Amino acid sequence: MSIEVRHLTHCYSEGSAMRTVALDDVSLTIGDGEFIGIIGHTGSGKSTLVQHLNGLLKPSSGQILVNGQDLNGEHVNRRALRQQIGLVFQYPEYQLFEETVARDIAFGPKNQGLSQEEIDERVRYAMSCVHLDYEKYSERSPFELSGGQMRRVAIAGVLAMKPSVLILDEPTAGLDPRGRDRILSMLEELHARESTTIVMVSHSMDDMARLATRLIVMAEGKILATGTPREIFAQEEMMLSAGLGVPEAARLCRALRAAGYDLPGDLYRMEELKEHLLRLWSARKSGGKEAQPC
Amino acid sequence: MLSNITMGQYYPVDSRVHRLDPRIKLILTIVFIVCVFLAHSFVGYLLLTAFLIMICRLSCVPFRFLLRGLKPLRMIIILTFLLNLFFTPGEDVWLAFWIIRITREAFLQALFYSLRLVFLVAGTSLLTLTTSPIALSDGIELLLSPLRRIHFPAHELAMMMTIALRFIPTLLEETDKIMKAQMARGADFESGNLLSRARAMVPLLVPLFVSAFRRAGDLALAMESRCYHGGEGRTRLRVLKITRNDWIACGVLALLLALIILEGIFLKGVLF
Repeated sequence: MSIEVRHLTHCYSEGSAMRTVALDDVSLTIGDGEFIGIIGHTGSGKSTLVQHLNGLLKPSSGQILVNGQDLNGEHVNRRALRQQIGLVFQYPEYQLFEETVARDIAFGPKNQGLSQEEIDERVRYAMSCVHLDYEKYSERSPFELSGGQMRRVAIAGVLAMKPSVLILDEPTAGLDPRGRDRILSMLEELHARESTTIVMVSHSMDDMARLATRLIVMAEGKILATGTPREIFAQEEMMLSAGLGVPEAARLCRALRAAGYDLPGDLYRMEELKEHLLRLWSARKSGGKEAQPC
Repeated sequence: MLSNITMGQYYPVDSRVHRLDPRIKLILTIVFIVCVFLAHSFVGYLLLTAFLIMICRLSCVPFRFLLRGLKPLRMIIILTFLLNLFFTPGEDVWLAFWIIRITREAFLQALFYSLRLVFLVAGTSLLTLTTSPIALSDGIELLLSPLRRIHFPAHELAMMMTIALRFIPTLLEETDKIMKAQMARGADFESGNLLSRARAMVPLLVPLFVSAFRRAGDLALAMESRCYHGGEGRTRLRVLKITRNDWIACGVLALLLALIILEGIFLKGVLF
């Protein structure tokens, strides 16, 4: 399933003194099977953009095409489309409402009009996706779980609809490192195993470095740059001017290069930096002094 | 979705009317309401109209914002007009057929009564359009504070109002967000009969209540950890001061009241 955004503009409070332009002529394409990271400073329009992608917000002007079909066209079943494009909001744990975890996760599939067996099967599937033990948690109240667990229940609630595109708005915000790691590896698995198209909004450059196949950098309602993480993270100046940073590994690599180490300029993952450093280290050990800093 | 509801409808610009002391503005609004009820003739209503237009111009609030406040009440205003038109007894018959009898007296009374409603709403809208909710509850607190002597909890009441007002936009935003989140899971808030619509509210209301209680708890904790213990001996950040501007406003209103009273004495019999 591909999504194409054409010249999308969105203004809040149109026609009053409080009018603000949140998105300004944004165009982009999301291809099948991509893992797209949307990054940007607070207020750059990321959340507004993702809410357009499944028709929750209507554009002030411009179009969103899903498989070539205008999402806001007249004869479009938006409810059916929304179930194919799953959207996980910021702090999704605040949307939980049912008495048990299983029933909360079943809300989406139930709205799809599936049979009871199918719903049960979906609940089990979604809980296994987010690594929650069905036997242990399905009958618990969602309100007595920990924050990270609640977040995973909420994400399972969207996954249970088996969307072909999954959009997540800052899925790791406010979680401890372990909870964050769990969510990220869950997304990694989902992308690899089910080849679900994933769009993730995040502040964390390290999360993006780990997962995204393509990055979209936003600033003041516009797309500032788009490209692979390697291309984007090599432009530290541009990222800093957008009020963003680069991953730890890219910063470290830059500092090492400045100190005279012979490293490529576009490293951004800890693992690859480690590889290169080890190579330098072993070269110095065996080959003498040419790899040393001057 | 819900963002087009402007609560408290405050229109944030800077003007002489905006800068008035909220206490004075509250009292003057009451005086204006009294004037509306005292007016009995065309001259009186002309005076009131002129006054409203003048305040509207001075406050820099666009006229359509004032009219917007009248919109929800238009049915009541039309009903008032029609009821008075058809059911007021009078002598000077203008129109009569079948059971309908429209007299000059009935028409004037209908006109005046519906205008009275329009003026009441417009006057109070001007107050809320030009006074931020926080300033308003400050004003109410200060006006009610003499009642503290008879153990009336003026400060607590104002604090509750302030907090309630402060959280209306927050809760609206939250409602909007939860609504969207549930819609993303296929919830349907718009179609179906009354019962199924009421049932559709559960996924919205439960999270909303949970978050309202959570926020209330957090706020109470934050206030207590900053040693809040009620109004006793509490000073304020923004001390309200009566300025020359306020005295001028009082003068204008006093003039209006005097003219309206004079009009009531001398012109009452003329048109009624």
